Order: sequence, then structure tokens, then C-alpha cells
Amino acid sequence: MIRERLRSIFWKEFIQMRRDRATLGMMLGIPVIQLTLFGYAVNMDVRHLPAAVLDFSHTQESRSLVQRFEATGNFRLTRRADSYEEVLRLVDRGWARAAIVIPEDYARRMKRGGPAQVQVLVDASDPAVSQNAIAAAQLVGQSTNLEIVSSLAGPLARSVPPLDVRVRPLYNPALKTALFIVPGIIGVLLSNMLIIITAMAIVREREAGTLEQLIVTPLSRTEIMLGKIAPYVVVGYVQMTAVLVLGSILFRVPIRGSLLTIYLVAFLFIVASLGLGLFVSTLARTGAQAIQSSFFFLLPNIMLSGFMFPREGMPAFAQWLGWGIPLTYFLQILRGVILKGVGIEALWPQTLALVAFAILFFTFAVQRFHKTLD
Amino acid sequence: MTADAPVVSVRELTKRFGTLTAVAAVSFDIHAREIFGILGPNGSGKTTTIRILCGLMAPTSGGATVAGVDVVEAPDAVKSRLGYMSQAFGLYKDLTVEENLRFYGGVYGIGTAARERIPWAMETMRLTPAAGQLAGTLSGGFRQRLALGCSLLHRPPVLFLDEPTAGVDPAARRTFWEIIRGLAAEGTTIIVTTHYMDEAERFDRLAFLSRGHLTALGTPPEVRRAFGEGLSLEDIFVQLQEKNG
Repeated sequence: MIRERLRSIFWKEFIQMRRDRATLGMMLGIPVIQLTLFGYAVNMDVRHLPAAVLDFSHTQESRSLVQRFEATGNFRLTRRADSYEEVLRLVDRGWARAAIVIPEDYARRMKRGGPAQVQVLVDASDPAVSQNAIAAAQLVGQSTNLEIVSSLAGPLARSVPPLDVRVRPLYNPALKTALFIVPGIIGVLLSNMLIIITAMAIVREREAGTLEQLIVTPLSRTEIMLGKIAPYVVVGYVQMTAVLVLGSILFRVPIRGSLLTIYLVAFLFIVASLGLGLFVSTLARTGAQAIQSSFFFLLPNIMLSGFMFPREGMPAFAQWLGWGIPLTYFLQILRGVILKGVGIEALWPQTLALVAFAILFFTFAVQRFHKTLD
Repeated sequence: MTADAPVVSVRELTKRFGTLTAVAAVSFDIHAREIFGILGPNGSGKTTTIRILCGLMAPTSGGATVAGVDVVEAPDAVKSRLGYMSQAFGLYKDLTVEENLRFYGGVYGIGTAARERIPWAMETMRLTPAAGQLAGTLSGGFRQRLALGCSLLHRPPVLFLDEPTAGVDPAARRTFWEIIRGLAAEGTTIIVTTHYMDEAERFDRLAFLSRGHLTALGTPPEVRRAFGEGLSLEDIFVQLQEKNG
């Protein structure tokens, strides 16, 4: 009997989903749009920065230095300037985002063993853009120095440079932003969509007067709630699978860890998000209100969870707020499993946090929901 | 239950919300096959009384039984013994007529009986021509009869109608009451609230509520006499409303 009642609500919910073209389009279209948009457009590893060269030296040495800059791949030499004023003008107008200025005595000083000075101007108005260029410029300087030092020290030292720091980027060696963003999209999408869709599904019944009718039937309050919510667990899993599949096809996001782990932990996250959706539905009387109140939860999800902006760079207060968002933990789990290939043994604190959120949000929302039915 | 035992029995039913007394020690019995009207202006306690009888709300004191079930002790059990149809009709507009019936059949857990009850509802409620139509596209009369059909799939002995004819055209209203009288003749006990006094005139018995108190109980002629010769039910209703306001 209980199974028949629950089955009836699921069945009805799926028919309604199928007939509601706008919501259906939103449920299936938004994952695809968000994935391609974020995956292609959000690119924080800026390379090939247009750069100008002002070479007063005009020597073999200065040309070889310019080549070293180009070889890093961070600079694309687009212009040659003839004066310092011209360099400044190019950067001012944005035609060049960086400039390399080599003084006239560069080669002479180098031959004497230094010190020679080279100036690199970087347009740092956008810190994300400038960081790579600054790092690359410093690297060029260091490696050139090392070579000179070792060549001066004689044949013995040449094979063993005094210090050779080698950085090996782990997990994402090509430093592609898409690899970092795509797992995040799964989390952002699941929470944002589930909150809005669940809230809307319940508010719609209240607006139509059908919720009132359901309460008079032998359906218990818990059955009504489960019947309304459980179909959206399925929706959540479908969306998650879509992003995983598209992510690996379009952006070659590797899935290094266990898919099973992701799917199991996702359940906790989905329950927590559904709880929030249910909670929003108890606040809102109309669909428009439901969407508005959802945004209250959506913005922190994007800003504070570490989805787009590294949490390490946030002030302590914002970091602390971020700990109150389930997405923060889920993102760490997703990136850990997908990119690092680690298992639950490395991520149990985050998993426990999700368990706590799921229980907390859900019980709170259920209690409120029951009250609003009276 | 003997033949004469009331199907619905209300004893000293009282409900307070804070300092407000919505229902004040109301008692009445309703017998099998009766069409029983609960009348009164807004705020008279009608809705609260019905909500308590449907097991949606616990009374502050007093009690009631519906179809042999104590609504205070077993509010959940009472829900499967009654049908409820509201003014809002509670239909899913994006489901067809047939799907709405299937859904409510499932929700009442009628199981395989659906195979026989859904065609019964289609026929009795005169819905067959609209079987595949979305409920949202139905006219008021069809929608009302579909809602009625949905609330009767589980063969409830008691049927609650909460302002069932609001916003329905006269021809459809006439059809509706024909069906209701047919149901009563077959043994269903029917409890109605309405604002249309011409409809109430044709009910078997009436209870007039005013500010939570039962002010009159009996057949329409008995109620009219209680308030004074020459008054219509409509006059009585307006009088009570003015006293309330």
C-alpha cells in the first residue's frame, strides 16, 4: 500500500516533468550550457601575452635573451618599439600587455660577468593575467644567470649547476583551467538546480491547491515529501552523469579515482541540496519568490566555495563562511577523486561534513515543511 | 454499527486558537444517506469543523467519529474512510483526466480495483468524452466532476464537499447535484458547505454556525421556523453575517 502510494507520486512527478518543456529544457540544457561556457571561456592560465620589445643593445646577446622570453610561451612578441615613450604608450592603450626593455650596455656588461639589468613591464591591472608573465620573466632571469654562473665556473661545474629547482606540477601538469573547473561544475550545477527545481515543484503544488488535496488523502506527510523529492535525486544523478561524460569528451577531464565513490558521496550532497530546496519552498508562496530566495544560496555557492576563486586567497571571514557551505566540501571531494585519484580514505573529513549537512538541513527542512502543511 | 447509528457523530467539539474560539462545543449527528449542509458566514467555524472531521486538525476538547473511526484517536485512519473535494478541486492541470484518476486511485491505494473504479468514475461523472484531455483545458463543470470522481475512487462511506459549486455554471451545477443525490441514494453520506442558499434549500438537514456556535440544526423548514416565519435561508444567512461583522 505504501509502495503503491509512493509509486503513484513518482509516476505523476515524472509525467509532469516530461510535460513541462521549460523545466525539462532547463534541467537538461543548463548542464550542457554551463559546462561549455565555463569550460571554454573561463581560462585562467593566460599564455601568449602580447608583448613589445625595446632593444637598445642590438646584439647577439640581446636577441638571444628575447628568444628565451618567447620560448617560455608566455609572451608573444607583437611589436618592436623605438623609444621608452612608445613602450609606455603601447601598454597604456592595451596593444601590448608586457614589454621587455634591454639597455644599450646589456651585452657589454654580460661579457664582463654582470651585473646587467633588463626591465620587464607587465600590465598588472588584472592580477590573474600578470602573475604568469611575472613568474615567467623571473624564470628567464634565473635560468640565464645559472647558465652564466656555470659557464664561468668551468667545465667541472657545467654539468652540475649549483642549484637546480625543478617544479613538477602534480595532477594537472599542463595547468589547464578546464580540469579544475569541470569537476566544480558538477557541484555547482547539482546544488543550484536542485534547490530551484525542488522549491518550484513544491510551491507549484501549493499554488495549484493540490498540496491541500494531498493532505486529505491517506498519504502521510513524510510520503508526500519523499514522493515530491525522490524524483529529483534521479534528476541530480542524470545531470551529474551528463557533465562527467561531456567533460571527458570535450575537455579530456580524466577520472582518476573511483566513479562509485563520486556517486555515493554525491548522494549526501544531493540530500543536503534537496533539504535546502525544501526549506526554500517553505519560505516562498509563489514561484517567483522561490527563485528569488534560491539566489540567496546560489551566490555564496559560486563565490565562497572555491569553485572559481581559490579559498586560500580569501580573508579569514570569507573562508570561515565557506565552511558553512556543503559545496565547499563536495568540491574538495570531487577534485580529489577526479583529478588526484584519491579515495575516501583521504577525504573522510569532508565526507563526514557532508553527512552532517545532509542530516541537519534535511531534518530541519522536513520539520518546517510539516508545519507549513498544517 | 446498527442501521440507525449515526455515520458522523460530533460531541461537544471545541477548537481554540489562542484566545479565539473557532468552534464552541458543537454537537450534531449525521445519518447514512443524508445530504447534510454546514452553513454560515466566513469565520463561523465551518472550515475548522470540517478540517477536524477530516483528521487534519486535533480539537482542543470534545470529539467526533466518522464512519466508525474516532478522529481524535485515529486521524490517519479516518482519511481512507472519507472523500474530500474542495473548491480548488486539487487536480493536476498538466495530467489528463485519466491520469488524474489513476494518480488519486494510487494515492488511496485502491490497487487492482482501479481497473473497475476508473471506468466507473468516467461513466458516472460523465467524463468519457474528455478521457485523454489535459485537466487544465477542461471547463468548470468537467473539472468539478473529475475532482468528484477522484475523491470517490476508494468508495468512501462519507463525502465532504467544500463549496463544490463555486464558479460553475448553472447547467453544470444541476448535473452535479443529480450525481450527488444519486450517490446519497446508493448509501454515501454527504456533508456540504456552500454559499448558495438555493442549493441548501434542497439538502436533507442543515447546521447553521455563527461565531463557532451551532445556532440552528434541522431540516430546511425547521431551520427557517427557528429563526422566524417568513424568513428565507438567504435572509438568515445575511442576518448572521451582519451579526458577525
